[in-house]
Amino acid sequence: MPDLTSQKIPVTVLTGYLGAGKTTLLNRILSENHGKKYAVIVNEFGEIGIDNDLIIGADEEVFEMNNGCVCCTVRGDLVRILEGLMKRKGKFDAIIVETTGLADPAPVAQTFFVDEDVQKNARLDAVVTVADAKWLSHRLKDAPEAKNQIAFADVIVLNKTDLVSKAELNEVEARIRAINPYAKLHRTERCQVALSDVLERGAFDLDRILEIEPEFLDAGDDHDHDHHHGHGHGHDHDHGHSHGGLKHYHDEDMQSLSLRSDKPLDATKFMPWLQNLVASEGQKILRSKGILAFSDDDDRYVFQGVHMMLEGDHQRAWKVGEARESRLVFIGRELPEQAIRDGFERCITT
Amino acid sequence: MKEFDPGSNAASIISVTDRVRPVAIGMPVTSLYFLGDDAVFVGAEENVAIVNAAGEISRVAVHGGGILCAASDGARILMGGDDGKLVALDAKGEVTLLATDPKRRWIDNVAVHPDGAFAWSAGKTAFVRSGRAEEKSFDAPSTVGGLAFAPKGLRLAVAHYNGVSLWFPNMAAKPEVLEWAGSHLGVTFSPDNKFLVTAMHEPALHGWRLADIRHMRMTGYPGRVRSMSWSAGGKALATSGADTVIMWPFASKDGPMGKEPAMLAPLPARVSVVACHPKQDILAAGYSDGTILMVRLEDGAEILVRRRNGTAPVAALAWNSKGTQLAFAAEDGDAGLLEL
Repeated sequence: MPDLTSQKIPVTVLTGYLGAGKTTLLNRILSENHGKKYAVIVNEFGEIGIDNDLIIGADEEVFEMNNGCVCCTVRGDLVRILEGLMKRKGKFDAIIVETTGLADPAPVAQTFFVDEDVQKNARLDAVVTVADAKWLSHRLKDAPEAKNQIAFADVIVLNKTDLVSKAELNEVEARIRAINPYAKLHRTERCQVALSDVLERGAFDLDRILEIEPEFLDAGDDHDHDHHHGHGHGHDHDHGHSHGGLKHYHDEDMQSLSLRSDKPLDATKFMPWLQNLVASEGQKILRSKGILAFSDDDDRYVFQGVHMMLEGDHQRAWKVGEARESRLVFIGRELPEQAIRDGFERCITT
Repeated sequence: MKEFDPGSNAASIISVTDRVRPVAIGMPVTSLYFLGDDAVFVGAEENVAIVNAAGEISRVAVHGGGILCAASDGARILMGGDDGKLVALDAKGEVTLLATDPKRRWIDNVAVHPDGAFAWSAGKTAFVRSGRAEEKSFDAPSTVGGLAFAPKGLRLAVAHYNGVSLWFPNMAAKPEVLEWAGSHLGVTFSPDNKFLVTAMHEPALHGWRLADIRHMRMTGYPGRVRSMSWSAGGKALATSGADTVIMWPFASKDGPMGKEPAMLAPLPARVSVVACHPKQDILAAGYSDGTILMVRLEDGAEILVRRRNGTAPVAALAWNSKGTQLAFAAEDGDAGLLEL
């Protein structure tokens, strides 16, 4: 698997609510001299000011799969476009898929899990969400799409920070963290973020899930502008409270949940539990990721999921002296927290 | 109507590998057609390679980018590209520009009618041009997944999400819609014009008996069906997508309804392409590991044409119209010709 993975073309999904600055970021990616060539799938032709024969217009067609799974949707147009692009392999290094401001990222992400041919040739690198510092807090209240885009993100570009005060910025960031404490967050003006922070992140790549590890931990503040509180959803307050100078919010319907155990898991219990969990609660679970230590297994096992779809594999051997700790995160709506915690506990060997 | 259960058996078989004349195409190949005695290998982008009877290879530029689709009536090959152009290549090797999409959209599908009419699609729109008549267009409810002309009359099947529209371009009537949930990506009429079959995005075929719109579900494939070929006389439909060639029976008025398909030439690899002989009950099958077999439909007897090389899947197979030559190409451009 690893050698095949390296040949797969990385795909970055670029989302963000209307007016947040997606096109600005896209234009930067296309015009900057980074020595890479990108094929770009855009939702609207003409917005991009650059002439490139590898810019393709998409139709945002969301298709249901006939597999009895209600949230199992894919982007039909994307399947077709990726198939066409694969004929020009070697003409570009990576693919960027721009979604409309109102799009749910799930069908795009699921396209890379469900379609056999897409999976063979391309891999989802990361979901990058551009958010408007001035308006995001409002959109999170009135636009479910905006909330989904934040919840789905591996990387969040919090843009237009020059249009808000420091207090407002902390406020919107706390709102984001209430939904998704695990994404990498970058504060920007006019999307001035290092492209290496946005592209080729490997956030979906199981081989590199390690990279998200710092975000798992409550590693303290002032680490590349990331004020994060990674201890998950352990409070029941619905009001903001001050916590180390940064307000702490809890979103009414979107939560994240992190689980950990320093005792090994029983694979024969864990796997069926996880599969049952996503099968029964998959509509509520937007994203899941995990690094697992099983008893009688010297390899780290990593998995990731979107709704009901899971993908997992042995990653590498645990290193000598490395703490064999299992960690999982779930981001979703109305997560049955106690049931998940209890279920997980039962998978821990005693 | 039925699921099939692929079994497995392997026997030692006759080989004709030493009679194959290898051809180095030198570029990835996606499809292949005969124009007279010339085998034309359609590349993944920009060029076709024409191999004449003497084995000489000549390249012809046809598109300014990826070649997304191709179809042939035996006299010419029509190709659509991501440059928004539809072109035709004739037996003399001359290229004619047939259409250019004004918005430079990709030409995703193309079909040719035996009387010279042709159809293509870009996004949701299907176009038809026939004889001197004006170009006609039809907007499908979603992106067109496949196009096929009916064997009789000027009637075009347009496959899309949740079904197929049957469109008479020269009639004012609204197209008839055959509904079936899901994404339909390939479409073909049976040669007797009685059945329509689509290859779906999920690993299944769907069929309709056109007289009464009875549904036929053909499932059980481990992978998506990308290649379909009607046997001589249209008695059966050979398909890729499993580790055997799956042949659905269409000889009776009920087609495959309630019947099991025949499963031929099992191998520990996925069938990637099938091509039935134009006159006899023989087919050629290419596999994901590079193997090519000729198979007698009657008893499943196999002849080895190309030994597996474990690398590139077989991408294309074609018989000449007389059925005296078989040409093949793997995805990496390694190709060959077999004289029978």
